[in-house]
Amino acid sequence: MTTVAKAGKKRSAALNQFSTGTQAGFHVVLGLFALLCIIPFIFVIVISFSSENSIRQIGYSFTPIEWSTQAYDYTFQLGDQLWRSYFNSFLITIVGTALAVAITVLYAYPLYRKDYSYRGFFNFLSFFTMIFGGGLVPTFVICKSVLGLSDNYAALIVPALFSPFSVIIMRTFFQTTVPGELIEAATIDGSGEYSTLIRIVLPIVTPGIATITLLYAIGYWNEWFLSLLYINKNMEIIPLQYLLMRMQRNADFLAKNSAMLGADASKAAMALPSQSLKMALVVFIVLPIACAYPFFQRFVVAGLTVGSVKG
Amino acid sequence: MSRVGLGGITSARRKKNFWLTTMLLPGAIWLLLLRYLPMLGITIAFKNYRAFKPNTFWNNIIKSDWVGLKNFEFLKGPDTAVMIRNTLGYNILWIVLGLIISVAFAVMMSELSTRFIAKSYQTMMFFPYFLSWVVASYFVLAFLDPTSGMINAMEKASGSSVTNFYHDTTWWPLILTLCNLWKNVGYSTVLYLAAITGIDTTQYEAAAIDGATKWQQVRYVTLPNIRTMIIILLIMNVGKIFNADFGLFYNVPQNSGSLYPVTQVVDTFVYRAYANTHNLGMSSAAGFLQSAVGLVCIVGTNAIVRKIDPDSSLF
Repeated sequence: MTTVAKAGKKRSAALNQFSTGTQAGFHVVLGLFALLCIIPFIFVIVISFSSENSIRQIGYSFTPIEWSTQAYDYTFQLGDQLWRSYFNSFLITIVGTALAVAITVLYAYPLYRKDYSYRGFFNFLSFFTMIFGGGLVPTFVICKSVLGLSDNYAALIVPALFSPFSVIIMRTFFQTTVPGELIEAATIDGSGEYSTLIRIVLPIVTPGIATITLLYAIGYWNEWFLSLLYINKNMEIIPLQYLLMRMQRNADFLAKNSAMLGADASKAAMALPSQSLKMALVVFIVLPIACAYPFFQRFVVAGLTVGSVKG
Repeated sequence: MSRVGLGGITSARRKKNFWLTTMLLPGAIWLLLLRYLPMLGITIAFKNYRAFKPNTFWNNIIKSDWVGLKNFEFLKGPDTAVMIRNTLGYNILWIVLGLIISVAFAVMMSELSTRFIAKSYQTMMFFPYFLSWVVASYFVLAFLDPTSGMINAMEKASGSSVTNFYHDTTWWPLILTLCNLWKNVGYSTVLYLAAITGIDTTQYEAAAIDGATKWQQVRYVTLPNIRTMIIILLIMNVGKIFNADFGLFYNVPQNSGSLYPVTQVVDTFVYRAYANTHNLGMSSAAGFLQSAVGLVCIVGTNAIVRKIDPDSSLF
């Protein structure tokens, strides 16, 4: 019986496949595009290990004349501004993500509770901001002059603390994984709302929490727009993304903003392997994402597909 | 819940509502301060906003004169037509291209017989989605940099004339299109792939038994099954047709002034109007128009989605 079923399955599987030639064609198209997606990053890694001399002679190349770790040596000498920015990136990401996840979970949970009286109102309060807003300038002016978000860490964290999209993702995770009877049972047992959420509900929705944590973390890690808007003087608190952005137009930005002063700074700026150094900083930014990516990818896929099913 | 206990139950209900509301509070306060308060700030668009004593935002806004639609006069300027053309043009092109390419990729991916390789492709394709436009702008710079970029180096080596990419508008529609596809195709492919893997395999078996070739199966089973999803993603994108990806248009062309004719979009216009000229009134007006048109587009497209498939409508 089982062998018959197996044979049948095999035959239908064979019927259900494209010919080897067509499959090969698919591999070529998809493989090429997949390669194109990661080649720029590999190129940047190669450039960061090229010697300044090689870059001057043949430009950026996949096959530099001479390899060198000069750029990375300089990152240690230049110190200050660079490492402070790297530290800021981590700090903003960790603090911002922790707060954002807490706020989002706390906002999504009552929206999932069908027996909560003001569900409709708060649902709308969050949803409406997805389709209408005050626009960039009024938001900026209010944040800066009314809320005091200017040249401080709060300016880089607070404006991204809440995303209605993540609320929808989290709410959907609650709806699909937490049966209403569970909450009723907990309530009958005399469990308070907070203890029900923390002891009973949260352990069930860990995949959902993982998803929104990653979405927020990636958002904070990649954040440069808030620095562009809100940081004018206080360069000590900018994250690495914004440092890179500034460097693009101003190659000796790093040297100027490091602890060195006067002649030292200009000397350092002169000796800077600026081209490969910039690319080394790009590697610094992408590396944490590239390393964690294979592990977090499935959570993000889960979250995005959940979010798109019911927006 | 039954209404037997009356007094006891209503007080329990009130208590429950109270505790659940405390949970919502942090988010609700954030929304009020960072989303709803700025909506009041839209009044700047209709005022000649300037500083008064004491120089606080609310005081300035109350004392500034109403100027009606004066701040909207930028609409008559020649730059406006260009920026609207760019915003709509790129969006329409990218919606169409993105749709065709990602549906094609998702179908191909679902038909690969070696799961492991298909997974690897997906992992590589999805990677750019997690990078910022600042990082992407360096990737582009590696190829286009006027002094050491790979393409210029190749031009020099072959003795042909050197293209100054950051001052020459010719190639930018293509470059921006490639960047957009590079970053976003992986994401939408993943979405479509998820929809395709959800299709009941017995449909394919039935089609195969009826003698359908694999191409016919794609045509008559796969595509009809993801049709609703295609339409919904399409319409949602149309709803955002006046919004552009600021990072792409600002960072990737290095904010180069000579490229504005092909890189200026509504979002960059609003930002530059404020950052370069500090024209609060005009930039607020432009931003307000964008939000208002966006609202109309989303509500309109949602009404259409609701007609096609009520379950998929946004609201």
